[in-house]
Amino acid sequence: MNITLRLAWRNLWRQPRRTWLTIGAMVFSNAILVFMISLQFGMYELMIDNTLKAFTGHFQVQAPGYKDDTKMRQIVPNAESIATEIREATSLEAVAVRSATFALASSDDRTYGIRVFGVDPANESRVSTIPSLVSDGRFPDNRDAQEIVVGSVLARNLRVGIGDELTILGSGRGGSFAAAVATVAGIFDSGVIDMDRSIAEMPIGFFNDVFYMDDAAHAVVVVTPALALIEDYRATLESVVAGHDGVVLQDWDALQPGLRQAIQADLSGAFFMYGVLVVLVAFSVMNTQLMSVLERTYEFGIVMSLGLTPGRLGRLVILETALMGLAGLLLGALVGGLITTWFTYNGFSFPGMDQMAANFNLPSHFYPQVSLLTLFAGPAFVFIGSIISALYPALRVHWLHPVEAMRLA
Amino acid sequence: MNALKIIVKLAWRNLWRNHRRTIVMLSAISIGAWAMIFMTSLVRGMVNEMLRDGIRALPGHVQVHHPDYRDDPSIENLMNTTREELAASLLAAGIERFSARVRVPAVISSERESRGVILLGVDPKREAAIAAIGSRVTEGRPLTDVGDGGVIIGRRLAEKLETEVGKRIVLMSQDPDNEIADRGFRVVGLYEANLEIQEEAFAFAGRMTIQQMLGIGDFVSEVAVVGDDYRVVDPLLASVRLSIDGDDEVLPWTELDEYLGTMMMVMDGFVIIWVVIIFFALSFGLVNTLVMAVFERVREIGLMLALGMRPSSILGQIIVESFFLLAIGLVVGNLLACLSIIVLSEGIDISIVAEGMEMFGSASVLYPEMEMQDVILANVVVLVLGFLASLSPAWRASRYEPVEAITKV
Repeated sequence: MNITLRLAWRNLWRQPRRTWLTIGAMVFSNAILVFMISLQFGMYELMIDNTLKAFTGHFQVQAPGYKDDTKMRQIVPNAESIATEIREATSLEAVAVRSATFALASSDDRTYGIRVFGVDPANESRVSTIPSLVSDGRFPDNRDAQEIVVGSVLARNLRVGIGDELTILGSGRGGSFAAAVATVAGIFDSGVIDMDRSIAEMPIGFFNDVFYMDDAAHAVVVVTPALALIEDYRATLESVVAGHDGVVLQDWDALQPGLRQAIQADLSGAFFMYGVLVVLVAFSVMNTQLMSVLERTYEFGIVMSLGLTPGRLGRLVILETALMGLAGLLLGALVGGLITTWFTYNGFSFPGMDQMAANFNLPSHFYPQVSLLTLFAGPAFVFIGSIISALYPALRVHWLHPVEAMRLA
Repeated sequence: MNALKIIVKLAWRNLWRNHRRTIVMLSAISIGAWAMIFMTSLVRGMVNEMLRDGIRALPGHVQVHHPDYRDDPSIENLMNTTREELAASLLAAGIERFSARVRVPAVISSERESRGVILLGVDPKREAAIAAIGSRVTEGRPLTDVGDGGVIIGRRLAEKLETEVGKRIVLMSQDPDNEIADRGFRVVGLYEANLEIQEEAFAFAGRMTIQQMLGIGDFVSEVAVVGDDYRVVDPLLASVRLSIDGDDEVLPWTELDEYLGTMMMVMDGFVIIWVVIIFFALSFGLVNTLVMAVFERVREIGLMLALGMRPSSILGQIIVESFFLLAIGLVVGNLLACLSIIVLSEGIDISIVAEGMEMFGSASVLYPEMEMQDVILANVVVLVLGFLASLSPAWRASRYEPVEAITKV
């Protein structure tokens, strides 16, 4: 074993209580960081995934401006042929056309204003979870069927069940009056009240017929195999879109700007808190190392008069800190990992979380996962913070003059 | 009395014998206290703004509805008592700040577009006392009285409908016989709200105009009552419950908007957890400092004991020393927090993540709000837990065997 390393190790245990207290501060902060970061990043991923899978998809081809104004006349002409082109160019299956408008839905007893979507029965289930959330009845399978699927709250408010008829009133693409009678084929229950209250879907052939859309639609929705892979598809999609006039490619970030920003806002708050923890640990380390340097003044004086350079002593102090930091990092990651793993199996929740979580498409219990990143990202910052804070005690060694140092003590 | 004076004097002098260590520890405590109070103020500012906004977004502090209205907000679930009787009984109970509204889902159509809105028939004079959304009319004029034939919509909704002040729109809803009731209105004013979604959601018109359009006589859907403090709604709730007889449901805002109610509760919990975590991160350093202070004074403590100082005085010395550390650190931390909050009192512009904050239900300018109860909580937690943490080293110091301590090298 290298002599400096051995010295550093032994020096640490000259004051075991102080060393353990300092390591304790690191372990405490590290464990909190590991747990919080695992929880946070897991939640973000789930939040993005759930929101996009429900409806938005990863990419949409739309008319310019449609994402902000959602006006009936902002159409994608030849939507089906664009969808086919995309399927061929990217060999993705999850490509579907979709139209949307605002309409009045009337049952025998009630009338509500809702958003009606025209969806492609053959492909919608590949880009949206709604078809799989039909809890009563079924999702239409014929693109021209005069059928409609409504959200569970809407069905309750309209007092309709499977097989009942709804009258749909709205405006066609040109602004003309549009009306149709549709049979309720299914009722979906997404658990998100806003969606269940205000959304209905009908087969796109029927929709186009009612609202005079001809072959147009409002969006072509594309879902890639994973969120992490979307950049691989962007260029191909852009080139398909470039071949058509009056349409643009929007990615999920443009379609749901709130999502990324909510995460950013949450992250910046969290980073502030993590930063405070790191700084507090750093002060603790600085205090310990400053003490350990000051109380060794005499000893340092002797070894310096024997020819040891201040630089070497400074490195010794840094090495001591690094050893302490390493112990804190490993133990902290271990404790944090264990706590997180416990929640992986038992689920994490706090009173009121179900209410808050529903706002962000999250379940009421969350199962955080440990990964190398979440395990070591926080502790690494604590480690670096500790080393930086030890610089001051380490540099102080340079101001010691051997004779004075020995006399002072 | 004299003994106490000596203890305090000794503790104070001991504190500054190793001024470097003391300053490092003081910095840590100050930063910790600053972080506790500052972060709490930011979060409070955000949540309070959200709550005020949410309450202003129509609930009021207490609302009265037909028992079925909340699940099914339709024209059928009007309140059981006429507006006139309701108003009379509320006024008789000394409740003045209330507003009775007709509130139904409706479809608003301009020449170009249709949207779903919540149509409110209001008494403009009564709404003004509640200062709900819709009161910040930035273009055109506000509603004048209950018979006003104009409509006020949000700026954002006007953009989507491509309409403006002076143009006509049509409002459609359902009358009690499930017939479509519609009426043309002139847009007389545009309002602005803190959240975009609020500017899209509501259309306001005179209460009597809407009652006539729907053919519902003098009945209303909801009564919103405002008290002095949204945190203390129970007395108001009780007196409203007393004055409303019959089957109508009286609920406080915490139950009307469970997300907001939960938010307040969760944030109270967050403040405590945050303060305690920071304290624990600090406590390792605090205990360490005290342990060191005792350790390097072992011989001196032994001498004092040998000279007849009582162990309780030694205990007192260490505790008072710890108290000085904590108190100075807290004073500096509190001052820093006040200072940073004053500097930021103009509000922190976080509009780059505005749409994300909207997902939380929060506006895009953050005003930190320092609340006395949080400041007291932070300071008390630090002092009390700090006292507990210093007990162990202090106890240890007071139990030294004088002879052993003096001869210890």
